[in-house]
Amino acid sequence: MPLEPATLASPHDDAQDYVWTLNFGPQHPATHTTLRLVLKLDGERVIDAVPDIGYLHSGFEKIGESLNYNQYVTVTDRMNYISPLANNVAWHGAVERLLGLEITPRCKYIRTIVAELARISDHLLCNGAVGLDVGAFTYFLYAFNRREDLYNIFECLCGARFTNSYTRTGGVMHDANAEFVELVRKFVKSMPKTLDDMDKLLNRNKIFVDRTKGVGILSKEEATNRSCTGPIARASGVTRDLRKDEPYLAYKDFDFQVCCATAGDCFARYLVRNAEIRESLKIVAQAIENLPSGPVNVDIGERTAIPTKQAVYQTIEGCISHFELTMSNRGFEVPSEESYAAIESPNGELGFYLVGDGSEVAYRARCRPPSFIHFSVFPQLIRGHTLSDVVAVLGSLNIIAAELDR
Amino acid sequence: MTQSATLDKLNAAFTGLAVSEFRSQTRVVAPRESAGAIFPFLKKECGFDLLVDVTCVDYLNFRDAKDRFGLVYLLASTTTNERLTIRVFVNEPDLTVPSVTPLWGGADWFEREVYDMFGIIFDGHPDLRRILMPFEFEAFPLRKDYPLQGRGERHNFPVLTRNRG
Repeated sequence: MPLEPATLASPHDDAQDYVWTLNFGPQHPATHTTLRLVLKLDGERVIDAVPDIGYLHSGFEKIGESLNYNQYVTVTDRMNYISPLANNVAWHGAVERLLGLEITPRCKYIRTIVAELARISDHLLCNGAVGLDVGAFTYFLYAFNRREDLYNIFECLCGARFTNSYTRTGGVMHDANAEFVELVRKFVKSMPKTLDDMDKLLNRNKIFVDRTKGVGILSKEEATNRSCTGPIARASGVTRDLRKDEPYLAYKDFDFQVCCATAGDCFARYLVRNAEIRESLKIVAQAIENLPSGPVNVDIGERTAIPTKQAVYQTIEGCISHFELTMSNRGFEVPSEESYAAIESPNGELGFYLVGDGSEVAYRARCRPPSFIHFSVFPQLIRGHTLSDVVAVLGSLNIIAAELDR
Repeated sequence: MTQSATLDKLNAAFTGLAVSEFRSQTRVVAPRESAGAIFPFLKKECGFDLLVDVTCVDYLNFRDAKDRFGLVYLLASTTTNERLTIRVFVNEPDLTVPSVTPLWGGADWFEREVYDMFGIIFDGHPDLRRILMPFEFEAFPLRKDYPLQGRGERHNFPVLTRNRG
């Protein structure tokens, strides 16, 4: 996808023959994924940056118009693959909003736990990668070591480590078992120590602070104006957090705080993410101890979740429901309506705008991708900084190209 | 989630708005003629300072649909946490709507994506180029008359050899 030279040309170009152009990506270790930046440089200083995206565009929204509501969850895994469980929760939250379906308390708690674990996993990767990009390799290893524990927890829960596809309409794939609860307890107990160690490594590290403080400043007004959400907006002083503002799932039962900073630079974004990990641990600790008992999927009468094997073999309702859900010309009914539901994903507001047409397949499945929005802010964050700051800013925005291009 | 005071204000200022509610979400269908005036009003008078999303739905095969394209603007307020959905319908051949980029900077890439996928022209957008698809791509892939597996556009791309590339 060549960028036409006219995109970068400005009327003053004749007088600025010392200005040179540099292609950053699409294959560059610090972009982490496939995206391209065309940088206009004066020596080492970035005058302008033009993002060029679409290298990973795979038509996820078009695919959403031909896969049914349960099948599409596998595609959401591949959007932000750093925290696939959060995408699963967002997708089925949106589907259930469209259906008007109320999930069981146990399911709400389990989804809250996995969404928060996904947030921890995402923030660990993001901060670890920022550390790696500005030269703190040990920090990256600390972060990835703990992400391995999280993958073990996810594997215990649903069998998959990376692309979980855990949620189903009206419930989840497997109920949480005692081993999962034990693993989460162990993780919550041991994680604060790791976070303390990680804080000691970077928070007062002169190289890290010099590379990130005052770099890529996003003001509060600009953050709202450019539709930024999540940790990036909160690092600029926007106090919006959907978990508090529009409590979904079980968030209103828990005691936690919204983490904000006012500086709006890369260092503030790093601190906000670090603080959010601690708050997420608080939520997970409360949720796992108060996990309600009872069924995890909605009642058979709702005709959306596959009933248990016992219900299929021993009751007529279960048997009929199982047949109807698995037959290709049946399935559940969806209103011919449209609705939007969003969650506070690790990267910001992740929402799905769904249009149902009565069938089991969405007429339109629009995803509001936070990475896409945050990357559009990049040129104004980097202007005036040096080439070496590109990686620091890029890392702190946590751009996931699969979600960026979809 | 939208306060009734906001809706009253909106109804007093504009005529011909169709307000509906579904799953506690308020949707307002604005006539296309008032699209240029309603967004500045919503931002300045009603305090919707966050543009959550701009997207489009192609109602080509949708049952009982009268219009071809429905643009969807999801607005929110960071102070009152209100949300409001504004829908504007456009039909062929004139697929032009005023851009909201001067009001919300975040609309820049949203509108580029809608242009890329549906071919809606946003009047007043500073840089309306394709964003996800290649520049030489001619169709609009998220329209309902575009097949899932493509029309073979990939085969028409020029092949670059090592020497020419």
